[in-house]
Amino acid sequence: MGRLLNIMSVLSLLLMAVVLFSVRRSHIRVEYSVSWLGAALILLVLSRSPGALYWIASQLGLTDPPLALLILVFCIFLVVIYRLSVVISDLKDANIAMAQRVAIIEFQLQSLNEKQ
Amino acid sequence: MRRAAQPNQLMILIPAFNEEGAVADVIREVNQVMPGVPVLVTDDASRDDTYTQAKSAGADVLRLPYHLGLGGCVQAGYKLAFELGYEYVIRVDGDGQHDPKYIPALLDVLRKTGCHMVIGSRFYQNNGEHTSSVRAIGIWVFRLVLRPILGKPVHDPTSGFVGVNRDTLRVFTGSFPLEYPEIEALVVLQRKRFRFEEVPVRMRKRKAGRSTITAIKSLYYIIHVLLGVFVNILKFEGRRRKR
Repeated sequence: MGRLLNIMSVLSLLLMAVVLFSVRRSHIRVEYSVSWLGAALILLVLSRSPGALYWIASQLGLTDPPLALLILVFCIFLVVIYRLSVVISDLKDANIAMAQRVAIIEFQLQSLNEKQ
Repeated sequence: MRRAAQPNQLMILIPAFNEEGAVADVIREVNQVMPGVPVLVTDDASRDDTYTQAKSAGADVLRLPYHLGLGGCVQAGYKLAFELGYEYVIRVDGDGQHDPKYIPALLDVLRKTGCHMVIGSRFYQNNGEHTSSVRAIGIWVFRLVLRPILGKPVHDPTSGFVGVNRDTLRVFTGSFPLEYPEIEALVVLQRKRFRFEEVPVRMRKRKAGRSTITAIKSLYYIIHVLLGVFVNILKFEGRRRKR
């Protein structure tokens, strides 16, 4: 279990570093980095608190704390991915509406030019 | 294209994507059947010569800056028609499958019955039309699913040969399904308690190009549309997402 928790801690730190680096290079906007940093922080704290992990495992009725950690990892990233799906859907809607508006404005401009 | 000059004016909408081989003939046929009626081609960022062909055939062309798919392309045309004040819009596909000689029949039903949408149906009143087996299975499934939702049978739910009135245009400018829109659009209208009618038509073979629904995509199409139908039933419109 100790090795798994150590691996998890390293991965969390790695995730934080990658996200912070991406924000610095403007590959990810700050508002979208928050979910990833939050998820990485929760994982780091849990992987460094075996007591908390035992408690969560017992609450979930699991005898294996690493399994509880894996379930938590899955749930946390599910939330992050869901949030991103909402963002992508909003962007797609806005993008389509904007493309249609651009086409209509261009059409009307062309009509005006043809009239003159 | 001018604003609708008089009340109850009709516009013909032809969505087209890579239809250089067929679109000009479709426009000419429409002009022969409905002289003087404005024809708008919405070019979904075709990579071929669709834009020039449509222009040279005398249509107005709304050119999308990039490919949006059928739903986005049709909705763009509906938005422009609504803004220009048209009362009726009849959609005729740019591949030549929809015979423009049925346009007067569709318009007649729209005007006389006051229904919100009219569908040119291959299978209404059993006019002997056949389609590929995969598509026939899909249509059978959709009919079965849509019957209780719509409260009446719809014989050809996948037909894109449709006419709508201004009330429907208003709804579609705000909410129109993006992929494979025909069936989901019926559910969108049902949520508004709008009425639709069917008119028997015969479809032709497409003149050029390829269908957007290939055999491989058929299964995806059926699942996607069924999911879309159920999502549209459950959709909560009280709080729209900010745009």
